[in-house]
Amino acid sequence: MATKLTARRSRKTSPTSETPLVQGLLIALSLLFMGVILLLPLYAVFHEALIKGPGAYFAALLEPDAQSAIRLTLLVAAIAVPLNLVFGVAASWAIAKFEFKGKAFLITLIDLPFSVSPVISGLVYVLLFGAGSVLGPVLKSYGIEVLFALPGIVLATIFVTFPFVARELIPLMQDQGTGDEEAALSLGANGWQTFFLVTLPNIKWGLLYGVLLCNARAMGEFGAVAVVSGKIRGQTTTIPLQVEMLYNEYNATAAFALASLLALLALVTLVLKSALEWRFSAEIAAGNH
Amino acid sequence: MDVRVTNVRKEFDRFPALHDVSLDIHSGELIALLGPSGSGKTTLLRLIAGLEMPTTGRIYFGDTDASEWTVQQRNIGFVFQHYALFRHMTILENVSFGLKVRPRSTRPPANEIRRRAMELLDLVQLSGLEKRYPNQLSGGQRQRVALARALAIEPAVLLLDEPFGALDAQVRRELRKWLREIHDRTGHTTVFVTHDQEEALELSDRLCVMSQGKVEQVGTPDTIYDQPSSPFVFGFIGESSHLPVNLNDGDIRFGSLSLGQAAGPLSAGPARLFFRPHDVDLVDPGTGLNGAIVASRRVGGTRRVELDLGVGQLVEIDVPFDQPFNQSGAISFRPRRWQLFPAAERGI
Repeated sequence: MATKLTARRSRKTSPTSETPLVQGLLIALSLLFMGVILLLPLYAVFHEALIKGPGAYFAALLEPDAQSAIRLTLLVAAIAVPLNLVFGVAASWAIAKFEFKGKAFLITLIDLPFSVSPVISGLVYVLLFGAGSVLGPVLKSYGIEVLFALPGIVLATIFVTFPFVARELIPLMQDQGTGDEEAALSLGANGWQTFFLVTLPNIKWGLLYGVLLCNARAMGEFGAVAVVSGKIRGQTTTIPLQVEMLYNEYNATAAFALASLLALLALVTLVLKSALEWRFSAEIAAGNH
Repeated sequence: MDVRVTNVRKEFDRFPALHDVSLDIHSGELIALLGPSGSGKTTLLRLIAGLEMPTTGRIYFGDTDASEWTVQQRNIGFVFQHYALFRHMTILENVSFGLKVRPRSTRPPANEIRRRAMELLDLVQLSGLEKRYPNQLSGGQRQRVALARALAIEPAVLLLDEPFGALDAQVRRELRKWLREIHDRTGHTTVFVTHDQEEALELSDRLCVMSQGKVEQVGTPDTIYDQPSSPFVFGFIGESSHLPVNLNDGDIRFGSLSLGQAAGPLSAGPARLFFRPHDVDLVDPGTGLNGAIVASRRVGGTRRVELDLGVGQLVEIDVPFDQPFNQSGAISFRPRRWQLFPAAERGI
């Protein structure tokens, strides 16, 4: 009986694949799970946001504090993402192309923000730059406010989003090796020419992918930013903080209207990411010579 | 351009990859660095290129000490085993790269760059493919692009690292012949690394045989094949068999059988006699080395048989494929040409 079953199945499907019934069940289960956990909440966000009609929705978005939160979020991302792009490329370049002592330690360090709770990340900056710290009062005497101001928010965001670009690039650059760079150097190119004409084009899709993820996280970061921002309405609240404050004030429509912006950002990121993955995998396969 | 490598030592993390290597490369010659993997041949090539720096020792380009020069200053053409073509550039852009990155003062005008690149693509027989991308080309075509790209900068020396290693046998043979033609036409001093002895013997003017980070022998293909200077070279190049023998006043004896007279410095004591399987004469039973046939296989136009000479001593010899074997399954032979090495010397 068993041999008969195996023989029958092997004619239809490959040995590693399951019977259609099992396949169907697994697919249905994952769809159901995603529906409940992911799609339903997403729908709820937009539903709540638009429950009082488009008028209330846009009024909530145009409200001055909301506008200020949107501006601050964009500003923070505009500073943190390019910086992490540079740090990420530099770190992955060092890790993938050079041999040095402490390389494993550096890789662990890059992963640190992933393993530390964002609240802790925020608290670290409070300890470093707060009123009771050494650095805080010194900087304050020069008129530089770090905590409860833009610099603190940017620092916390950089910390939390640092791994995204580097994590994306390290395996890619390790896989590509140093052959292309050596070829460029042997042809007389200098270091900058080699980087901009050879290395960067080789990693551009992976880089873009990392930047997208980094940006999504930078705009959506809550925990670390909440600790360092001080939540001064209209001044140091980013979109996620503003959403929470509005929600706590039972202003559900306004909260969800703002939240829908973040959800929209997530959707756009997802679409771009899929498009890149499609493009990126084709390039990797083709470039594998 | 002459390239002289003098007493170069290279260590990686304290692990020596090259011990005190010296090599004179003559202007315009095609020289092969041949050796098994781990022999240091690629390291030597990369040291000449400036992709690695020697731990000690000097490298001269012509009469100038180039040891401290960067890879860019050395103006070498390097061809990589896996081509290392720029995948986001067309073939034409790949070939033009070396000229385009030059500083404004020495860069030819754009139409001149294009003309030269097209000329080189013609030389490597890839005209018409200049708008393609590397991934649209076969392995053999890619390696020809890599060669054109290296030639575009008019290199002082052309260095090739196992250029045909990633290609299949037939393409490899074609490209080998073709590389020789290109070399004869352009006259570049060329150094190439290979672990394929057939390739090295067929293609090069001279060979440098390397083993365990040392140069074993440098010479023409004939010298290397006919007068190997060490058991290693004898064993590594071509087929070989060897016998433990005893020298008695220049008389070479295997057991009680005299094989001939030894010429050279060795005259007494144990030694090893190396011979090629095809350098043997079949003789009447009892007048030569007598061996029972252990195995036999067809190799091209001849048959290679493995003989047991007694006391576990196995040798391989070639016999005509239609050689009749007698009932006992034994063969008698005498080596026609041989070389003697001290018994203790390392080798295969």
